Amino acid sequence: MINIIWLSMIIIGVLVAAIRCLGVTVTPLGIYLAPSFEPLSQLTHSVFDYSEFAVTLALGLVGIMALWLGIMKIAEKSGLITVIARAMKPLMVKLFPEIPPEDPAMGSIIMALSATMLGLGNASTPLGLKAFADMQVLNKYKTIATNAQCTFMAISTSSITIIPATIIAIRTAAGSANPAEIIAPVIAATAVSTTVALVMTKILQRLPRYQVENYLEAEAEEAKHEES
Amino acid sequence: MKNLKGKIILFSVLGLLVASFFIFSFVEVMQVISVLAIPVIIVIIPVYGHAKGVKVYEVFTEGAKEGFQVALRIIPFLVAIFLAIGAFRASGAMDILTWILSPITDRIGMPGEVVPMALMRPLSGSGALGIMSELIKTHGADSFIGRLASIMMGSTETTFYIIAVYFGSINVKQTRHALPSALAADLAGIVASVIICHALFG
Repeated sequence: MINIIWLSMIIIGVLVAAIRCLGVTVTPLGIYLAPSFEPLSQLTHSVFDYSEFAVTLALGLVGIMALWLGIMKIAEKSGLITVIARAMKPLMVKLFPEIPPEDPAMGSIIMALSATMLGLGNASTPLGLKAFADMQVLNKYKTIATNAQCTFMAISTSSITIIPATIIAIRTAAGSANPAEIIAPVIAATAVSTTVALVMTKILQRLPRYQVENYLEAEAEEAKHEES
Repeated sequence: MKNLKGKIILFSVLGLLVASFFIFSFVEVMQVISVLAIPVIIVIIPVYGHAKGVKVYEVFTEGAKEGFQVALRIIPFLVAIFLAIGAFRASGAMDILTWILSPITDRIGMPGEVVPMALMRPLSGSGALGIMSELIKTHGADSFIGRLASIMMGSTETTFYIIAVYFGSINVKQTRHALPSALAADLAGIVASVIICHALFG
């Protein structure tokens, strides 16, 4: 998907520039042509300009990313996640009614979501995969997602983000007067999207379309295909 | 007993937050949170770490080392996406796309320039980050577009990628309602960003 988008953006860009090189002007008196290479040379210039900017930008990020990852390393080592996890447990038990509260899956779900909230990035992906593996143990049909897995997915893709570190870093590198001013808006917007995610999963999982039974046949047929 | 104390703290924080919305305006509360977030975090986390016996200075530098790697790791992605965006914008194709989409985007008060970012976001995190950086470079970090792009970037996710990786890791093929609900959340994040950005910086 990303390959096609990338390629078509380049092709469309060059094509549009090439068409503009013809310099077609339509007036009531007729169609005029004023050919010039200006649009294409502009494009060349811009492409080189941007690739240089990519490196400037990335180097500008080093300081703040280092600062943030340093702080986060302390959070990780001190076990701050477990404190947040403990506070979130009552809520999580309600959001995942299919998971028994004392099941290991509940623990790993809470840990993973706490790490995502803190913006722990690299540390949160393995925790998320662990949570998924633990939920899979409780899954009756191994190739069909459970309600809990879908809910977990919806929460983690919309997750409340407390500190969007990379974005703050990019804003600083670009010379913003107040790079951190986006923190509260991001918290507010992610609060909205998380709420929508939860409401949507709870509604959609009841729809006849998304019932597990509907997928059983499709899966059985696929298994038959693989055998033959 | 310990649990009760936690509950009291949690509810008083929530209560203060709700009360503050009645006393101050939305804009003021947002500004205060943004100003306080970083100072509070850089005090609380190291203090808590120290109390738990973490060698805060050494651990900090250990983590900071990864900062270089993160920054260097994104260079190839940034160059790739800037090549596409550079060609797309300089040719005037971006103006055409913005013009085509303007009837829809104008209605929700979203500048057409951020549409490509919104479209890229669920597919590729680094791609969207590239577009966001480009918007900030072209329009300025403190312009409406620059701010909106930042907020939108922070409140949406690389949904397709995450769903593929997570479900792939446990071999689940039927993802049921995971994708539609995650995409609905992304859309809600985009719309909420536009509304909040208008309310604060409009």
